[in-house]
Amino acid sequence: MISSNKTPIYLDNAATTRCDPRVVEAMLPYFSERFGNAGSRNHQFGWEAEDGIEIAREQAAKLIGAQSKEVIFTSGSTESNNLAIKGAAEIYARAAAGQTGRGHIVTAAHEHKAVLDPIRRLMREGFEATFIQPPADGVITAEMVAAALRPDTILVSIMWVNNELGTINEVPQIGRLCHEREVIFHTDATQWVGKMPTNVETDQIDLLSWSGHKIYGPKGVGALYVRRRKPRVRLEALQDGGGQERGMRSGTQNVSGIVGFGKACELCTQTMDAEAIRLLAMRTRLETELVKRIEVTVVNGHATRRVANISNISFGFVEGESLMMGVREIACSSGSACTSASLEPSYVLKSLGIGDDLAHSSLRLSLGRWTTDADVDAAIEMIEHAVSHLRRLSPLYDLHKEGIDLSKIVWQSH
Amino acid sequence: MAYSPKVIDHYENPRNVGSFGTSKDVAARRDIGIGIVGAPECGDVMQLQIRVSDQGIIEDAKFKCFGCGSAIASSSLATEWIKGKSVDEALTIRNTQIVEELSLPPVKIHCSVLAEDSIRSAIEDWKKKAAATAVSSSCSSI
Repeated sequence: MISSNKTPIYLDNAATTRCDPRVVEAMLPYFSERFGNAGSRNHQFGWEAEDGIEIAREQAAKLIGAQSKEVIFTSGSTESNNLAIKGAAEIYARAAAGQTGRGHIVTAAHEHKAVLDPIRRLMREGFEATFIQPPADGVITAEMVAAALRPDTILVSIMWVNNELGTINEVPQIGRLCHEREVIFHTDATQWVGKMPTNVETDQIDLLSWSGHKIYGPKGVGALYVRRRKPRVRLEALQDGGGQERGMRSGTQNVSGIVGFGKACELCTQTMDAEAIRLLAMRTRLETELVKRIEVTVVNGHATRRVANISNISFGFVEGESLMMGVREIACSSGSACTSASLEPSYVLKSLGIGDDLAHSSLRLSLGRWTTDADVDAAIEMIEHAVSHLRRLSPLYDLHKEGIDLSKIVWQSH
Repeated sequence: MAYSPKVIDHYENPRNVGSFGTSKDVAARRDIGIGIVGAPECGDVMQLQIRVSDQGIIEDAKFKCFGCGSAIASSSLATEWIKGKSVDEALTIRNTQIVEELSLPPVKIHCSVLAEDSIRSAIEDWKKKAAATAVSSSCSSI
């Protein structure tokens, strides 16, 4: 098997980020001298661990404009989403378990699986759900949510930023709508928090999930914001035990991870404004150059309502996985899922109505704190070279050049 | 997932890339068989063109492929294997031989199936054209 001795350029920061060295430094004492269990209330080791957690809780709360008591530490966004969605559904259900008509949930078709799958499970347990079909630009508006609301709607879950596209949904407006209609509003803010200013009060959010490893913190730790007043949001715990985290998440806290998460939040609070400007300049150059140099190249999702670090680009007539093979020196993601047995392209791209051929031809490039101008320049060159190599091989590109409309051809699917 | 060295080699240096002309140019040529299999929405389209002698020997083969690296390697390998063979010999090539040669993992077996299909499809196309020509020539001799 082939391995390159050169470290690839990392353009997959939407998948995970490299831990900031300052985060690692903050964590280290909690593996050794401050190893205590935060639940040990009777000795110094426990107090030190608890102090570490409470400082982290304040750092996390500050990043999103919350009170520290409103932050529940979890193992990451998947757990936060599960706790928010299932925990709220159980509390606000309109009928007892085992019955139908327990309540209605609104979400969107291009949400992350960590939102869709908990909702699908609730549907098997007597709840109903509406999956809003996104428009071609991928942005979910308050108007779309309003149209999906029903008298029995108990919960709306709309992500702040789509993880594949980087598109920004109308979260403050959706929050206001939900508060007017007295519906609990959850947002999976994994790709937003730490990159853009967040204030759960003015943005009118009840439940908000985010994760450490997307914001230069460690993996295996995240948080859920749970509003305590106007309205006081209650959740049914998914995990029972020692009653940690206000009883919403039992289990000995991951002290070192939580300390690292807090430090990562603090660093984002300090640097995100300047960082967003730097990343936007780099991403704009990346997209502008690729579109200029390579014909039939489409940037997916809304042109401007996108976070600064994510770019999802389709290169017509080349298949995404082979393109990734051609740019092995770049670590990125593809919208194509040819490695899975299903051969289905990204459900996110398909939900926007992007043709299957273009959905199979996409790369997600996501920049981060450690991305340099030189990385972007090198990536542009490599992608241009790989697309041109693959188009020389592509029967679809020949047909395009002959002026044949690919959508009019009847293919022999296998 | 890591790729085998042979897949990488075919990806980087594909053999016999191209065609014997545009789809219109070759449609009428009775010495050329064309196989196009797969569909863009499945993420794979393979096009195989073969030039066959009157004796039924595949004198030349050209491919184009929209698909993953394993699909490109499978079709590139197929052109290498069928060149110089009679059409009957070419029809004995099985996808399992391609899987073995390229060390394809289970999720990539469909790429080898597609390559086998493209060989059959191109040969069928050539046979159909040859038969049609035989009929028309017998008619003109009357």
